[in-house]
Amino acid sequence: MRTAKSIEGAPPRVAPELLLRLYREMLRLRTLDERMMTLQRQGRVGFYGACTGQEASTIASAAALEPGDWIFPALREGGAMLLRGFPLVPYLCQIFGNAGDETKGRQMPSHMASKSVNQVSWSSCIGSQLPQAVGAAMAARIKGDKTVVAAYMGDGATSSADFHVAMNFAGVFKPPVVFVCQNNHWAISIPTQKQTASESIAVKAVAYGFEGIKVDGNDAEAVYGAVKAAVDRARAGQGPTLVECETYRIGAHSSSDDPTRYRDEREVEIWRKRDPIEAFRTRLVAAGLWTEAKDEELREKLAGEVNEAIAEAEKKPDPPRETLFEDVYSSPPWFLREEREEMLAVPKARRPGAAQ
Amino acid sequence: MPQWNIIQAVNDALRIEMKRDPRVVLLGEDIGKFGGVFRATAGLYEEFGETRVIDTPLAEGGIIGAAIGMAMYGLKPVPEIQFSDFIFPAFDQIVNELGKLRYRSGGQYSAPLVIRTPVGGGIKGGHYHSQSPEALFIHAGGLQVVCPSNPVDAKGLLLSAIRGEDPVLFLEPKRVYRAAKGEVPEGDYTIPIGEAKVVREGKGMTVLAYGAMLHEAEAACAESPDLDAELIDLRTLWPLDLETVTRSVQKTGRCAIVHEAPRSCGFGAEIAALVQERCFYHLEAPILRIAGWDTPFPYTLENDYLPLAPRIRKGLGELRGRRP
Ligand SMILES: Cc1ncc(C[n+]2csc(CCOP(=O)(O)OP(=O)(O)O)c2C)c(N)n1
Ligand SMILES: [Mg+2]
Repeated sequence: MRTAKSIEGAPPRVAPELLLRLYREMLRLRTLDERMMTLQRQGRVGFYGACTGQEASTIASAAALEPGDWIFPALREGGAMLLRGFPLVPYLCQIFGNAGDETKGRQMPSHMASKSVNQVSWSSCIGSQLPQAVGAAMAARIKGDKTVVAAYMGDGATSSADFHVAMNFAGVFKPPVVFVCQNNHWAISIPTQKQTASESIAVKAVAYGFEGIKVDGNDAEAVYGAVKAAVDRARAGQGPTLVECETYRIGAHSSSDDPTRYRDEREVEIWRKRDPIEAFRTRLVAAGLWTEAKDEELREKLAGEVNEAIAEAEKKPDPPRETLFEDVYSSPPWFLREEREEMLAVPKARRPGAAQ
Repeated sequence: MPQWNIIQAVNDALRIEMKRDPRVVLLGEDIGKFGGVFRATAGLYEEFGETRVIDTPLAEGGIIGAAIGMAMYGLKPVPEIQFSDFIFPAFDQIVNELGKLRYRSGGQYSAPLVIRTPVGGGIKGGHYHSQSPEALFIHAGGLQVVCPSNPVDAKGLLLSAIRGEDPVLFLEPKRVYRAAKGEVPEGDYTIPIGEAKVVREGKGMTVLAYGAMLHEAEAACAESPDLDAELIDLRTLWPLDLETVTRSVQKTGRCAIVHEAPRSCGFGAEIAALVQERCFYHLEAPILRIAGWDTPFPYTLENDYLPLAPRIRKGLGELRGRRP
């Protein structure tokens, strides 16, 4: 097991254009999450799981992938889709669950997916995506493709049976998969030290026969460097890696959660001071790549962009009722066709209000 | 008597039994310090400590497997599965182990534990915070399956379940977790497992429902008094109170079953089979199932998915007009 962190004061090892792109995307994600949490409180969005405090882990890890690589995400990686070119309006339509959503308003918010950016659909069932990611990577190798698969999870997910199954398969078959664990210190109310007795998440890889790296997950450059090295190795046929990004969930688990019931606010304060965006900006300014004036301008621009997209996305109607019966099978069998007629004979129900 | 909701009633039942019986332990995700994501175990960690209210790692197979071992060794575990949608990582432990333990050991071992889990839709939870998997567990065998619709029943049934000899799957309808209120008697009382309750008498037709949909069926019956419906809250799904059901259908000659789980192979299918076997010559119309559609549970369109009162009312109206 290795640990990785960018060295204080050392010049950046990542190309300046890429650094600035990471910074812009992280800031966009922060802006978006803040707006969405507000909209959720206003009852305009049903649920939301923010990435606040974890932007470096999400964005910089995904940036280490090629466009053709696949992502099997968990709750906090929606933003990777935006980084990889998915447009903002349909992204927001998933959150509104309306007709502009490619996934037809079927899943809760923060469960976005799009084939156009190779980000697969994930269920809320923690850990279930991990063996699937290993399988996709095995398939890529069988087919002779150069695709790498990124398998994301939280710290809580490392307790799931599927995590251990996936790690073992990865160790045995050595497919081009990179596991990225966002250790944000909490799984709802359970702190990581009650989740596992291992000294780290990364060390678990050792027992499964491959390398684990622990990286400062609030350091975008370090995350990028560690994940990029793992992706390169996977692509070169050198097998899997587990990258643990140590970060922190600054906000609530989701809009349904109240962390004051189980978490000491002083701990949150410590991590607020290690905000990945703040730290990144300071570093960029110090390196002469960025200025406070440019920052001000960018923030304004992003807020405008996000607000415009929200206005456009929110206008869209609900998905048509008939769509309820699509995609269960490739075409609806008799019973679904009958049920569709039965449903259409009853007036459309009111859309549920904000979550209780 | 206090006006309580289902969460408060469940909490009270757990507290009563933990005080009465030191063998009772709780385990699950976020049930300790946090008191559960729905707050059903609030205050119990403070009162009984971390050896009896155990926050576990995130692994449902671990929760149920460990609970089985605890029960075999003489404890009375009451594990919580945070949402019934997440019971499936524990499906093997429940179906292959828990439900068959007594049988496969020739009656030497048993694991009388009570799995509590919130069930059903109506909280905008999408596919994975909304499902109703009762039929799978009834079919599996060896398990009692309970689903109260109100706080009074929830408390009395949970106390019976914990004191029972057999494993129980205790399904808590989260759509009405807070909305269904009632005057819950203080202190200790039980409601027997296996007894349905006639909540509205009538001669026109029998309507069978449970959990959150009981309230929708009740509204539909109340809005159409001319149907003269007899509404039965099943309360215990398995073993079904067949006597109460057949007595009613033999009187009314018509039967509708309401549940939010998908229709195909849902619990309604088994009830319909039982009713036609025992009431065939009394039936004046085909038995009607009003259920969730055979699709995954949707997010935005959840109210079009659920068999809410308007759909139930329409179905019952048609049932009245039907001839064999
Ligand atoms: C199989 C399963 N069990 C329980 C849950 C409920 N649940 C949702 S998120 C969560 C905690 C996840 O923690 P972690 O993996 O650390 O991810 P984080 O939310 O911190 O990003 C739990 C217990 C679930 N979604 N799936
Ligand atoms: Mg976590």
